[in-house]
Amino acid sequence: MNPSDLQTKLIEAARKEPLPDHVPYAFEKRIMARLTGMSPLNGWTLWGRPLWRAALSCVAITFLCGIWSLASAPKADNSDSFAQAFERAVFASSDQHLEDIW
Amino acid sequence: MEPSDAELIAAVIRGDSASFEPLIQKYQPRVFATARRYARRESEVEDIVQEVFIKAFQKLGGFRGEAPFEHWLMRLAVRTCYDFLRAHQRNRETTFTELSQPETDWLDQFVVDPGAADEHAEAARQLIGRILTRLSPSARLVITLLEIEERPVKEIAQITGWSVPLVKVRAFRARAEMRKILAKITQAKYM
Repeated sequence: MNPSDLQTKLIEAARKEPLPDHVPYAFEKRIMARLTGMSPLNGWTLWGRPLWRAALSCVAITFLCGIWSLASAPKADNSDSFAQAFERAVFASSDQHLEDIW
Repeated sequence: MEPSDAELIAAVIRGDSASFEPLIQKYQPRVFATARRYARRESEVEDIVQEVFIKAFQKLGGFRGEAPFEHWLMRLAVRTCYDFLRAHQRNRETTFTELSQPETDWLDQFVVDPGAADEHAEAARQLIGRILTRLSPSARLVITLLEIEERPVKEIAQITGWSVPLVKVRAFRARAEMRKILAKITQAKYM
């Protein structure tokens, strides 16, 4: 017996099988009862949820990075005041120039 | 005058959920017929149909109206049936001894005279139903759509979301898988 012939014959049988399309009584009512309280999701809703989650995750990561950078930053040298450090930085080049002349 | 599908869909999207009921009433016979191709038990068929309409309701906002609603719904129905097949995959093998007496008689008749074996016979339908349940989900889907429903490959690609070459490859494998199962079933008695 050739399985290919049998396959063809059985597929023909399946093609000729009438498909029953009867519906149980008040089936649509059952579905409508399940749909109570649900709402169709539009494109914005579909995107909105993951985007909100992503935004919150980003804020949390930024906050943690901020804390980490503050905690690990080197302690500032308190021996000079800010004004003195600033003055030294501004006049650094002119001091060098004066030393070269003398 | 009855409202059109587009009007009903627009009403549902605006928040009038009750407008979905006429759509269910209109299309449920077709969805039931499709589901019965993939599930035999009536309780499973009802579960599939219910899931199809719930998914359709939830995804209605994504329906752009480029194709008729019926096409969109039937695509959703076939994909839900495929998900059902994957979730309820059965690995049990069919042996010749499991066949019913009418199925065995039909096979005997086919062996003696293939032309005389009637494809309208209930036994042939039972046998093909039995074979289909033993196929892998993708093989069953492609055999149903391509061989039984005689849909074009391009349409199957659209329905399933597979590429055209993938549909062809899966069809080739599905036919081979089916022949293998048939050979296994009949081996005990005829080979």
